[in-house]
Amino acid sequence: MKKQFTIIVYTENNIGLLSRLSNIFSRRHVNIDSITCSESEIKGVHRFTIVVKMETDKVQKIVKQIDKQIEVLKAIYFENEKVVYQEVALYKIPVSVFSSGKEIEHIVRAHFARVLSVHTDYVIIEKTGHEKETTELFEALSHYGLTGFVRSGRIALPKSMESLQDYIKELEPTFNIN
Amino acid sequence: MVTSKSKVLKGSDAIVECLIKEGVDTLFGYPGGAIMPLYDSLFDYQDDLKHILTRHEQGAIHAAQGYARVSKKVGVCLATSGPGATNLITGLADAYIDSTPLVCITGQVASHLLGTDAFQETDVLGVSTPVTKWNIQITKAAEIPEAISKAFFIARSGRPGPVLIDITKDAQFDTLNFKYSVCKSIRSYKPLPNINIERIKEAAELINKAARPMVLFGQGVILGQAKDEFKAFIEKAGIPAAWTILGVSAIPNEHPLNVGMLGMHGNYSTNKLTSECDVLIAVGMRFDDRVTGKVSTFAAQAKVIHLEIDPAEIDKIIKTDVAVLGDCKSSLSLLTDYVKAKEYPSWRNRFSELDQEEYTEVQKAELHPDPESKITMAEVIDCISKKTKGEAIIVTDVGQHQMIAHRYYNYKAWNSNVTSGGLGTMGFALPAAIGAKLGQPQKQVIAIIGDGGFQMTLQELGTIFQYNIPVKIVVLNNEFLGMVRQWQQLFFDKRYASTEMVNPDFQTIVKGYHIETELVEARESLQAAVDRFVDSKESRFLEVRVGKEDNVFPMVPTGSSVSDIRLK
Repeated sequence: MKKQFTIIVYTENNIGLLSRLSNIFSRRHVNIDSITCSESEIKGVHRFTIVVKMETDKVQKIVKQIDKQIEVLKAIYFENEKVVYQEVALYKIPVSVFSSGKEIEHIVRAHFARVLSVHTDYVIIEKTGHEKETTELFEALSHYGLTGFVRSGRIALPKSMESLQDYIKELEPTFNIN
Repeated sequence: MVTSKSKVLKGSDAIVECLIKEGVDTLFGYPGGAIMPLYDSLFDYQDDLKHILTRHEQGAIHAAQGYARVSKKVGVCLATSGPGATNLITGLADAYIDSTPLVCITGQVASHLLGTDAFQETDVLGVSTPVTKWNIQITKAAEIPEAISKAFFIARSGRPGPVLIDITKDAQFDTLNFKYSVCKSIRSYKPLPNINIERIKEAAELINKAARPMVLFGQGVILGQAKDEFKAFIEKAGIPAAWTILGVSAIPNEHPLNVGMLGMHGNYSTNKLTSECDVLIAVGMRFDDRVTGKVSTFAAQAKVIHLEIDPAEIDKIIKTDVAVLGDCKSSLSLLTDYVKAKEYPSWRNRFSELDQEEYTEVQKAELHPDPESKITMAEVIDCISKKTKGEAIIVTDVGQHQMIAHRYYNYKAWNSNVTSGGLGTMGFALPAAIGAKLGQPQKQVIAIIGDGGFQMTLQELGTIFQYNIPVKIVVLNNEFLGMVRQWQQLFFDKRYASTEMVNPDFQTIVKGYHIETELVEARESLQAAVDRFVDSKESRFLEVRVGKEDNVFPMVPTGSSVSDIRLK
């Protein structure tokens, strides 16, 4: 049975690595739901957060293939319950819609969103939350006229206390057997 | 750290110096615009580096593969940008799937032209990514030494594989303060997993309790240089051992515990008994679908132990009961300490019984056919095997002749098999044999090729002629793409779509390259022709006309269980 997994990958920051990682999925005909990447808590080490829906045995194999790449420090997969995750979404609404009544204000309040910036002809609203929540706001605002919408894709931190430093230690060559 | 003193060098000279520091003495390649600075530098280093100009970049990379496979050195190959680089892709894919260590250097358009669709510009990093263990593009001369040292380290360490370095033309022209440090480690890369002694003990316990154990070994034994360790293990444990197509020659065929070949056209006994063994010990092999047949029934009754260097191979195809990660040279010797000395006479007898059945049903007719019939491929291979006493390096292409060569050549010498196993690249053998001969010049190197595959890379006869490389070439000519035709006969109702070949006169072609040649059509002239062929000190070509519609048996049809192997 397919389930949603969050794959966290620590990598060196090198050209071409993103395509090397995405190839691992596309080669197996797996679609990526979302992928984000930025520098991690360690300078020079990048962190990918990849969300996929697949069977457990397949995600295990894919993570091994990712971990095998030379410039990958560590790849780990998590079920949704094992990570704290979040997304940011931005919504662009014409000023004419925004100021045409009280509804938009109610919606923004009800969804715990906030106005990020106001311009002559449009307003940007920001909402953080799970995909379900940002989608709900999207649907609510769509009724009134939305001219732009973007979601960041998931970022996630594991609930376990293991750190990147622990993983780097694992990689150190140890030549003693056992 | 081995560090040399700093000196100012041109980027292209630095590349050559790096290659020399890595112990390279032979390289294969083909020049062109974007790699001209490097070729210009090579002109000054002709005493240190022998460059073999092939007739096509595919020839260069297959030659580098053949060289790497027999010499245990990293094969090095050069090509220019664009079409030069794309012509390497088949070889990279072949080396990747067969774990062959290569460093390929491609020229690239000048860095200010990247992404402009410049003349002979291709996104080489992009197209080579799925078929390389690692790749990198260099746009500054100063980056050259570190990239090359990493490339060699990555190519040869752990599970070996091909690496590509794409170097822009301006980086080759620019200067740098050159000093070289041999790469010893990369923080994100762990080539050798730690061996867990608990897994060794669990494996030994399963083996010691087994009644019908069987070893399946692959190229990992050869890549891991575990010749003695493997032999010691199977001899102490007394376990019959069967090989994958890349595992052959890890132990001589005639060793009493070597029970033969696995897989689609492997032996009857090995395939049948995979489904009867109670403990299966896989050593340095990856359960290719040509070995397993139908995965759900493959050794389903057995406990599976997998000795493997690459963690991604564990449970990839066959679920293991005990996974022993690590270099098999170390893990086998540890395992040998823990296993009891045993013998399994009645179990081994089962192999002999089935071997006899295979001999009666298949091999007898292949080796001693009706005198009125055309020569069989098996007769030719058997004749060459006896004449060379099983001591030659056999380089095979892909198809029926490949299966027959592996079935009937009596491999005796360690690491004497070069073939395109995983990718199945037709056209591999001729250039790979050139590389193999240069990698082991004192050995007899014989390429065995079909008429189809020969015509994919036959231009490399020009390389053989130019450098006077004494490789031997056998073409088993059935005027068909024989393996495809066999499948058409068996599974496509004899509809021979585009498999019959109208061939040119190979004798005339080979003579055009000034290579000694002989054609055999009659059985009575085969032996003398093979004698002349093997005894010649020069390169020599032997074409044998074989039965047009002969088939390779036994056979496990695609999707069938290995126990359903057919004898006819």
